Amino acid sequence: MDGLEALRARYLGEIGAAADEAALEAVRLAALGRKGEISLRMRKLGGMDPEARKVAGPALNGLRDEVEAALRARRAALADAVLEARLQAEWLDVTLPARPRPGGSIHPVSQVMEELTAIFADMGFAVAEGPQVETDWHNFDALNIPPEHPARQEHDTFFLHRLEGDNRPPHVLRTHTSPVQIRAMLAQGAPLRVIAPGRVYRMDMDQTHTPMFHQVEGLAIDRDISMAQLKWVLEEFCRAFFEVEGVELRFRASHFPFTEPSAEVDIRCSWAGGQLKIGEGDDWLEILGSGMVHPHVLRSGGVDPAQWQGFAFGMGIDRIAMLKYGIPDLRAFFESDLRWLRHYGFAALEVPTLPGGLSR
Amino acid sequence: MKFTLSWLKDHLDTSADAATVAAALTDLGLEVEEVADPVGRLGAFTIARVIEAVPHPNADRLRLCRVATWPAGPGGPMEEVQVVCGAPNARTGMVGIFAPPGTRIPGTGVDLRPGMIRGVASNGMLCSERELELSEDHDGIIELPGDAPLGARYIDWAGLNDPVIHIKVTPNRPDALGVRGIARDLAARGLGVLKPQPRAAPAGRFPCPVTVAIDPVLKARGCPLFAGRLVRGVTNGPSPVWLQRRLRAIGLRPISALVDITNFFTFDRNRPLHVFDAARIAGGLRIHPAAGGERLVALDGKTYALAPGMMLISDDAGPESLAGIMGGEASGVTAATTEVFIESAYWDPLTVAATGRALRIGSDARYRFERGVDPEDTVPGLEAATAMVLELCGGEASALAVDGAVPDNSRSYGFDSGRLKRLVGLDLPEAAQRATLAALGFRLVGDRAHPPSWRPDIQGEADLVEEVARIASLAGLQGVPLPRPAPGVARPVLTAAQRREGMARRTAAALGYSECVTYSFIDAAAAALFGGGAGACRLDNPISSEMTHLRPDLLPGLLRAAARNQARGFADLALFEVGPAFSGGEPGEETAMVAGLRVGAAGPRDPHGSRRAVDVFDARADAEAVLAAAGAPARLQVGRAAQGWWHPGRAGTLALGPRVLAAFGELHPRVLAALDVRGPAVAFTLWPAAIPAPRSRTIARPALRLSDYQTVERDFAFVLDARVEAAAVVTAAQGADKALIAEVRVFDEFAGARAEAQLGAGRKSLAITVRLEPRDRTLTEAEIEAVSARVVDKVARATGGVLRA
Repeated sequence: MDGLEALRARYLGEIGAAADEAALEAVRLAALGRKGEISLRMRKLGGMDPEARKVAGPALNGLRDEVEAALRARRAALADAVLEARLQAEWLDVTLPARPRPGGSIHPVSQVMEELTAIFADMGFAVAEGPQVETDWHNFDALNIPPEHPARQEHDTFFLHRLEGDNRPPHVLRTHTSPVQIRAMLAQGAPLRVIAPGRVYRMDMDQTHTPMFHQVEGLAIDRDISMAQLKWVLEEFCRAFFEVEGVELRFRASHFPFTEPSAEVDIRCSWAGGQLKIGEGDDWLEILGSGMVHPHVLRSGGVDPAQWQGFAFGMGIDRIAMLKYGIPDLRAFFESDLRWLRHYGFAALEVPTLPGGLSR
Repeated sequence: MKFTLSWLKDHLDTSADAATVAAALTDLGLEVEEVADPVGRLGAFTIARVIEAVPHPNADRLRLCRVATWPAGPGGPMEEVQVVCGAPNARTGMVGIFAPPGTRIPGTGVDLRPGMIRGVASNGMLCSERELELSEDHDGIIELPGDAPLGARYIDWAGLNDPVIHIKVTPNRPDALGVRGIARDLAARGLGVLKPQPRAAPAGRFPCPVTVAIDPVLKARGCPLFAGRLVRGVTNGPSPVWLQRRLRAIGLRPISALVDITNFFTFDRNRPLHVFDAARIAGGLRIHPAAGGERLVALDGKTYALAPGMMLISDDAGPESLAGIMGGEASGVTAATTEVFIESAYWDPLTVAATGRALRIGSDARYRFERGVDPEDTVPGLEAATAMVLELCGGEASALAVDGAVPDNSRSYGFDSGRLKRLVGLDLPEAAQRATLAALGFRLVGDRAHPPSWRPDIQGEADLVEEVARIASLAGLQGVPLPRPAPGVARPVLTAAQRREGMARRTAAALGYSECVTYSFIDAAAAALFGGGAGACRLDNPISSEMTHLRPDLLPGLLRAAARNQARGFADLALFEVGPAFSGGEPGEETAMVAGLRVGAAGPRDPHGSRRAVDVFDARADAEAVLAAAGAPARLQVGRAAQGWWHPGRAGTLALGPRVLAAFGELHPRVLAALDVRGPAVAFTLWPAAIPAPRSRTIARPALRLSDYQTVERDFAFVLDARVEAAAVVTAAQGADKALIAEVRVFDEFAGARAEAQLGAGRKSLAITVRLEPRDRTLTEAEIEAVSARVVDKVARATGGVLRA
């Protein structure tokens, strides 16, 4: 079989010289196509005598394999070159802004309500709710605030308009979340553990007051619940909520018509450098009111004070949000200024949990 | 309630300083608001002598004084200071009060600095009484006696070094509205010993010429006891300095000896009194309910018209005083008064409160009577006041004129020393508990405790525990763990509705909305735009005209918020709120709502051309996403929203049969204009409570059924009347083979002028893709053709649509 070496040199040379896919395909057809030079020679093998075929067969097969491999290699090299050239051309200014994907936010009041829920749920408190418009019985009488009592006047109550001929005492916008105590007791009886976060309303508007704000009420009723347990619950709450280990609370006698004994609760803090730090320093900050549920209130809720006793507390949600997150102005909570909402708000998936921590 | 430390010491034998007293009061429940120590305000003012006063070289009305001062105090070295003074009485040799530069002058609030006055240096000030807030006198500088100690602090010499303590008194503690009651609390705490209060009993020299009579209607309730006596031959000049100083220290203006005496007893022992000029009383005094329509000019100079039932004190000529609230001007005492009738009565708290509130009069008397004064102190208080009148104003007293009697408020409660431990968690021996109650004036007989007459707030056994705990102090209470209701891992507590609301909130935020909390009350006009504004939702006493009505919907608040943000330059917004909306003014006539509002473009301008105006389909996508997160089923019927605040052609509802779960759409341009919002603006509102609860809570998922056979998609384009809704086409197509057709989806709409040019007036084209999902074998071409033919047929029958050529 002569000329094989020349064929080999020629085709390998042409393959190496092929500048693009089309030229390479032409070489492939010329060599290995149906009428290609190598194919034709292989077809002639059948007419050879066995001895000659024994020699020529492997040689031709070897040449075919070699050319095919060269074709594959060249094809890959050409494709690489094309891709390389394309990639060189495909330049973008990656410093251009990304496609906008506006993120929303959760209001601090909602976030703090979820924090409260996470903490108190762990201590067995459910979340109770009640209406914003209340009867004066639920808001006052049931809570041991009789009509004409000075405490009733101090509430700066909003009254609903009574239509002509309707002589019932006017309904009120609830001035505190305490009426939810009554509703929860009437609905569920004792024993009972609930918190009741929500909107409350007072006719007051100045630098530090808004006519609507938020409170959370806490109520625990059982056979032998004591004020010492109230203190523990509040200590645990403050430690978890403010995320400070060394929280110190101070109980101070006070008066609320619906609790007896009653205590204002102060938390140890420092205002050094104008910044509030909970759990250190020599100042005391009033954070909530509390006490043992007044027998009158238990009776109003259909609970027998001879059998049951318990504690209740109430605090301002907006206020503890301000303290925890350093938010300066209560009024801004309700102004819906987008800049404020984004700055003080929380991400959609930033759900407060006890295992993950309440805040990031 | 304000008092001074020395006033307290009239009643309490103690060596405690103001800070110790204040700390104890706060702990006892008499929260201290402020301790005003006059040293801070007046401590820099010292007694100085004018060495020489000469006329100012450049000003006729000013004088140039060389003043001798002793900066290190009396006995220290003298330092001469030059002061320019405008007072006419500044003269050589006088002794006055000097303030060095750096002093804040209380009367003007100005910080004193060295300066040049008309070209002459002035390095301090000689002060007037007004500048020190001692009186209103500003005619000249203060002149002290020649023997006043030079260099000493003025407050020490003048006896003004008396801290003023201001406490907040809770409504249950009327006894703490008198210095005596405060002293009693402190004594019970162990901060001193309560001094005895000797009972004055000035003799009556003549029968009282003014008779008193309580109308029988009021004797049972209203005015159980009315006492008085006349003092004749009095001189009503200024009260003595000690009394004036005390009243001024607590913020009262001294008026005359008689008036100052009544004010003194009001604050000293919570015993409000009234003094009449007896010469101006015609006949006797009658305590009676007003008939209605009477008019009275009170001591505040205002005329009050009385309603029937208000309590009045009248003489033969007519009304003279508003019982327990304020005296009348006509019978008030003046400097010319020589005969005074001193009134001391016990008025019913509720009646006084109701009248005071109706007439809008706030007075120290009303404040005290409505909280409850000590009924048993009615006559002793009158006697003490009479003694002071005799002492300060002279004259002789009549016998008492009394009608009625001290009401019987006696009661007792079981005292159980174990309750303190059970209820509070404090350990205190029984003897100590009994001693505390006794110190507070309780009478203990066996295991019954009788509260004192000055404590109307004590109404049960729990009050006894409170008193003992309060005096023992709650500060040392140690926390005791509250076990979980059931041992082990904490149980979930949220209701389905609460979880639903939380998911809706977090989903809305994830969709790009910022959560707002807006007021539950809005203005009438905004409420009316959203179907509200009814009388039942109106507040009787709104705080402003912007907050008069309970909101019928959350959108007005969000739209107002959007307008405010637009005014600040934010044109593109997405705001949402979760909260109550009101359908009426009864409790429970409220529904939790979730509302979202998008205004402007879906994003800022960017180089990728992604900015576009928000439209109704953004709102619908958001509504569907929030509904899904809140647990609504996937397949909802889309209807048209009819309420007036939506664009009539571009708003819809998502419903389950008759139950509407959500509305979405473009807001009506008129609503936007009324609320100053620049559009486009789209919104959704949804009612989480309308979402049906799952019938049973199954935690395991239904089995996943996948088909192994190839799914087939076929596209169809129909030419239809332009007002045929896509939903009709989809429903019809689905009906072609309910088993085989897994999904029908609209993927193109060709409508508008260009479409009509091609397809004919009032026509449009709608393209759908139908996905076939065989369950048991691969479909043949003939089967696919058969289903396709049925789709075309169904759509044609239902909508009149024909396959587009």
